[in-house]
Amino acid sequence: MSGAEFLNNATLVALGLLTLALFTTVIRIARGPTLPDRVLGLDLLTTIATGYIGVIAVRTGFMLYVDIAIALSLVAFLATVAFARYILVRGAKAREGSEKTEGSGQ
Amino acid sequence: MIVEITQYVSGLLLVAGAAFGLLASLGVLRLPDLYSRMHAASKAGIVGAGLIFVGIAVVSLDGAVILRSLIGILFLVLTTPVSAHLLARAAYLVGYQPCDLTVLNEMEDNTHTQP
Repeated sequence: MSGAEFLNNATLVALGLLTLALFTTVIRIARGPTLPDRVLGLDLLTTIATGYIGVIAVRTGFMLYVDIAIALSLVAFLATVAFARYILVRGAKAREGSEKTEGSGQ
Repeated sequence: MIVEITQYVSGLLLVAGAAFGLLASLGVLRLPDLYSRMHAASKAGIVGAGLIFVGIAVVSLDGAVILRSLIGILFLVLTTPVSAHLLARAAYLVGYQPCDLTVLNEMEDNTHTQP
């Protein structure tokens, strides 16, 4: 197997694994019992999408995709920070909800 | 010759990165509570995306692309721990409790004294 063929097959395998990873994360986001679980799932989803874009950059040969991957990880960071702020601000209501469903903590 | 070697190495790195991404998502699916899931997502996720960036740098043989993928790795390493810490802190302060299997919780005493 020549180098180009090997690289082609390796990117195919990598894309398959990353697709499985995306589906697994989507299951967690859909199930996720609480809001922070879903935010975490979205964060992981964008990290995996960054990897996906990287593999596609190697596969197609357009190295411009690397810039797009960097920009996507920036957006993911800002989104997670904003969601963390939102969870803090929403605070009191969530505490009532979690005590109702999970029993009172300790 | 050197191009062949870089193609083999880069293919292996890409598959390894994708496998780490899959491991991260399996951890997020299988672990019992938010805080252990967060540990799977941030550590394994960062290694997955980082290995893929290294694979791009190896296969490109171009200074600008190598620099950009190194910047991508640096950015990932800087931002992911910060966002994971912020999310865990917000969730803990709001009152989401760790699961019953948790062995040590050093923040237990001052949970509800802080707003």
